[in-house]
Amino acid sequence: MRKDYNLEKRKYVIGGFIVIIVLIYLIRLFNLQVLDSRYKDDADSNAFLRKAIFPSRGVIYDRNGNVVVYNRPAYDIMMIPKDVHPFDTLDFCRTLNISPEQLKKRFSDMKDKRLNPGYSSYSPQTLLTHLSPEDYGKLQEKMYRFPGFFIQKRILREYNYHCAANVLGNIREVSPTDIERDPYYSRGDYTGDLGVERSYEKYLRGEKGEEILIRDARGQIQGRFEDGARDKKAISGKNLTLGIDIELQEYAEQLMRNKIGAVVAIEPATGEILAMVTSPSYDPSLLVGRERGKNYAALRSNPQKPLLDRSIQGAYPPGSTFKPSQGLILLQEGIINLSTPFPCYRGYINGGLRVGCHPHGSPIPLKPALQTSCNAFFCWGFKAMIDRRSKYGTPAKAFEVWKNYLVELGYGYRLGVDIPGESRGFIPNAKFYNKIYGEDRWSANSIISVSIGQGEILATPLQIANLGATIANRGWYVTPHIVKEIQDTVLEPEKLTRHQPHIDRQHFEAVAEGMRMAVTGGTCRLANLRDVEVCGKTGTAQNPHGRDHSVFLGFAPYHDPKIAICVYVENAGFGATFGVPIGSLLIEKYLKGSIADDRKYIEDRMLNSNTIIYSGVKKH
Amino acid sequence: MESRNTNISLFRNIDWVTIIIYLIMIIAGVFSIYAASYDFDHASLFDPDEFSGKQIRWIGLALILGVILLLFDSRVYETYAFPIYIMLLLVMLVTIFVAPDIKGSRSWLVFGPLRFQPAEFGKFATALALAKLFSGYNFKLNASRNNYIRALAIIFIPILLILAQRETGSALAYMALFFVLYREGMSGLVLLAALCAVVFFVVAVKYTDTLFMGIPLGEALVFMLIMAIMVCMLVVYCKRFEAARNVLIWFCGTGLIVAILGAFGINVPGLVYFLSVIFIACFYCVLLSMRAKAKKLLITVGATVISVVFLFSVNYAFTSVLQPHQQQRIRVTLGIEDDLLGAGYNVNQSKIAIGSGGFAGKGFLNGTQTKLKYVPEQHTDFIYCTIGEEQGFIGSSLLLMLFLILILRVLHIAERQPSVFGRVYAYCVASYFIFHLAINIGMVIGLCPVIGIPLPFFSYGGSSLWSFTFLLFILLRIDASRREHPSYG
Repeated sequence: MRKDYNLEKRKYVIGGFIVIIVLIYLIRLFNLQVLDSRYKDDADSNAFLRKAIFPSRGVIYDRNGNVVVYNRPAYDIMMIPKDVHPFDTLDFCRTLNISPEQLKKRFSDMKDKRLNPGYSSYSPQTLLTHLSPEDYGKLQEKMYRFPGFFIQKRILREYNYHCAANVLGNIREVSPTDIERDPYYSRGDYTGDLGVERSYEKYLRGEKGEEILIRDARGQIQGRFEDGARDKKAISGKNLTLGIDIELQEYAEQLMRNKIGAVVAIEPATGEILAMVTSPSYDPSLLVGRERGKNYAALRSNPQKPLLDRSIQGAYPPGSTFKPSQGLILLQEGIINLSTPFPCYRGYINGGLRVGCHPHGSPIPLKPALQTSCNAFFCWGFKAMIDRRSKYGTPAKAFEVWKNYLVELGYGYRLGVDIPGESRGFIPNAKFYNKIYGEDRWSANSIISVSIGQGEILATPLQIANLGATIANRGWYVTPHIVKEIQDTVLEPEKLTRHQPHIDRQHFEAVAEGMRMAVTGGTCRLANLRDVEVCGKTGTAQNPHGRDHSVFLGFAPYHDPKIAICVYVENAGFGATFGVPIGSLLIEKYLKGSIADDRKYIEDRMLNSNTIIYSGVKKH
Repeated sequence: MESRNTNISLFRNIDWVTIIIYLIMIIAGVFSIYAASYDFDHASLFDPDEFSGKQIRWIGLALILGVILLLFDSRVYETYAFPIYIMLLLVMLVTIFVAPDIKGSRSWLVFGPLRFQPAEFGKFATALALAKLFSGYNFKLNASRNNYIRALAIIFIPILLILAQRETGSALAYMALFFVLYREGMSGLVLLAALCAVVFFVVAVKYTDTLFMGIPLGEALVFMLIMAIMVCMLVVYCKRFEAARNVLIWFCGTGLIVAILGAFGINVPGLVYFLSVIFIACFYCVLLSMRAKAKKLLITVGATVISVVFLFSVNYAFTSVLQPHQQQRIRVTLGIEDDLLGAGYNVNQSKIAIGSGGFAGKGFLNGTQTKLKYVPEQHTDFIYCTIGEEQGFIGSSLLLMLFLILILRVLHIAERQPSVFGRVYAYCVASYFIFHLAINIGMVIGLCPVIGIPLPFFSYGGSSLWSFTFLLFILLRIDASRREHPSYG
């Protein structure tokens, strides 16, 4: 083959090309590596250390401006293992008040890949957490002696009142799932857990800032990048003002001590929750700092379940506190009027059924029935409604009408309180009974116990208190909520809208009067305060767990109510024995500021009583 | 007996220089990967969970495959060039649809724990196909337009497939095959045009801040370059010394007048000046060509006009065609923008790492910059950083020289092939190496935009290692039998 020598010369062009490229690169390398010292300086102060600046978390106030939760600085000792040189361990331990063995253990734990999967000798590792400011001060002076260590400031929560743990919640370190769900977080950050700390996390946490530092190869900080021009300031979290009256909350928790149950108090006009107690509870400061893990585990394994917020998560039979709602429905549906009497011969006896009642006059209309908490009246009323085929066609259709009123009154669904974990309670619908008894094969008598808040009916104390607020308002309620104000922010308007059940105002007036009569001359006489017109309704809820639950639903004053309240004490017997005294003490405390001397004995009795002993369930 | 003779001749005729360079490179590569991912908690070079340990396994397999490739008869590669090419095209096509999305590209085929990048293996297949095309009986690239179309098709089909996998860097590597076309007869003007395009682009984009005669300095400089190239083409390409002299005098004379006018405060608008001066020069050349029927003069005029048009479209191309992140990479590379926390971070960190290495380096495993994980992708695309930092100028320039020797050796092997097939294939191999070396190291030392392609034999990754091993060992096999069946075709 004749070679094309003209083309063969082109190998010099291609070869020349790469030779020139390599030459240019060599010159560039020589420049970079030998001539130009700038890159060596840059390497000495080589890279950016992006240091997060943690904003201070929003402070939480109660409705009267008392500081409830605030911040306290805490300090973590961090280390970059690679940068640690041999140091005076004894001095280190003495400064921090730990033994050399503890320190050794911390070191080995840190390096244990199973305990600390993120370990790398090049990245910051946490050695000790939650140093007190005193220890921090002592250590700070000596820091220069311990290269490779540095101190990171953290923010912890501090509580002025040792109550309301269920409402406030707490903060914890973020989990890997949190980080995955919200890229705002990085490892070691804190986030709200439970309560308003959780549901208002976005407001409380503020926004992290960033400081861009230049550090050398040994990890030492050399200065700020571009003199801090690119730093980002941290934005503090928003302060919250709660509707909670922290003193009322504290008092309620005292009264509920050694009892299992819940208290919810609502300001009817605004829907603001004044107190929300679950018992047994715990001191929120237990879940702060170094002991958090241990304390949390103890609370979790406690058979009395202090972490369960019974005020919104407990679904209880409402018992007789359900009766006002029954009165409202019967009146609105025209089944009864205010003078319709029903007989009661120590109970409701019909079709082989007997629902017992206690002795009182007979027959009686609605208001006295509420006053005496007559079971028979409401059973008859319920039967009159459900079995009225002329009006509704079938019991199922009548029952749906009945159920819809209850849903409008806030039962059966979550009310939408602004802390997590709310339960929806339970109001059955017609389908539910169709399934049990077969379509059209049931009537009022099959399900008569729902008319007195027993049977399948379940409600949270919050829902029961909300009924109180609705009656207090004579016909409407605002979704109960904990947080009253967020600093510089408008509350979501749907939280403040009025819900108006389709029940006329005059019916509420009648029911309120019946509840007033219960206090003046009925089941709630203990709540009859001297200068406050209290309205109330007791409940004695049968349950499968032992003694009856003692319930009280009330509001006060009768005209222009300021507080609606539900007290629910598990296995404490009659409503009048625990529910009424606790409820009335709280109303008195809230409206009068103190307990009258002639009622101190009630306070003593409540403070010193113990009903946990009657609750057989609690030992599993 | 015969096969034994073949083996002996294979052993004798194989190019040991290349093999030794290859072995040095892969061993140095393992140490670099080890250094780049070194963390003193995992101290072993051979730890099978670490990058270096994994790379050792890839290398072991690569060596076995290399030996197998050597054992085939060299004619196998020529015979099966097209089937191999088509098969790999199919694999690449399938890859577009079945590959999972890994960092935005769909170029990896995943088999359990193993991942392959077909785009890498397409390299040797495309080289074989191109060589096969050129080795056809009496094939001359310039003989017909059809031949160009066929050659370009072989190059661009894999490029399009890889672009569809959103792996721009690997696709660009195939453009290196234009060197082969050039060697086989494509006009040098194409390469010159490409070079001019790059230079014009860079100059026009880089100097936009200052004004010169009412237009951006960059544009004015490009006009001057266009004028200079016109004069050069008249001299070198057309060999019309007289015309060149006249045009030069015209350019310099008018330039002088404009300068003098400027000194007296009369500013001539730059755009008007350059356009009119160039137009008149072109007109003069056209007149000359009409008188003497010189096609090359017209080509020169055409090149000049195209350059001017190109200049005007640069701005449009830069702002409208390129993606914002590509614009930014280019700006950062050209030093227009200092974005040390964003797009410029990688390059700045790698420059710091290399620069801090100094003359002699910090020593094996003593690099701090790459250790502290300031340099991203340091065991793959940015592996050269580690070498620069730990081995200093000595080590990094030695590495460059080693690559240069390898490439020149491959070019030497290419030119000693008796067959067109062997020569074209060898040029393909050299082209790939040239492209990868120029782009990868250029990017690490901040002379090229960041295009994610590996440094052959050094970057971590089985696909790249195997791909270049295949390229090289097939070449060695073809070369080893250069004396067996002399020229045919």
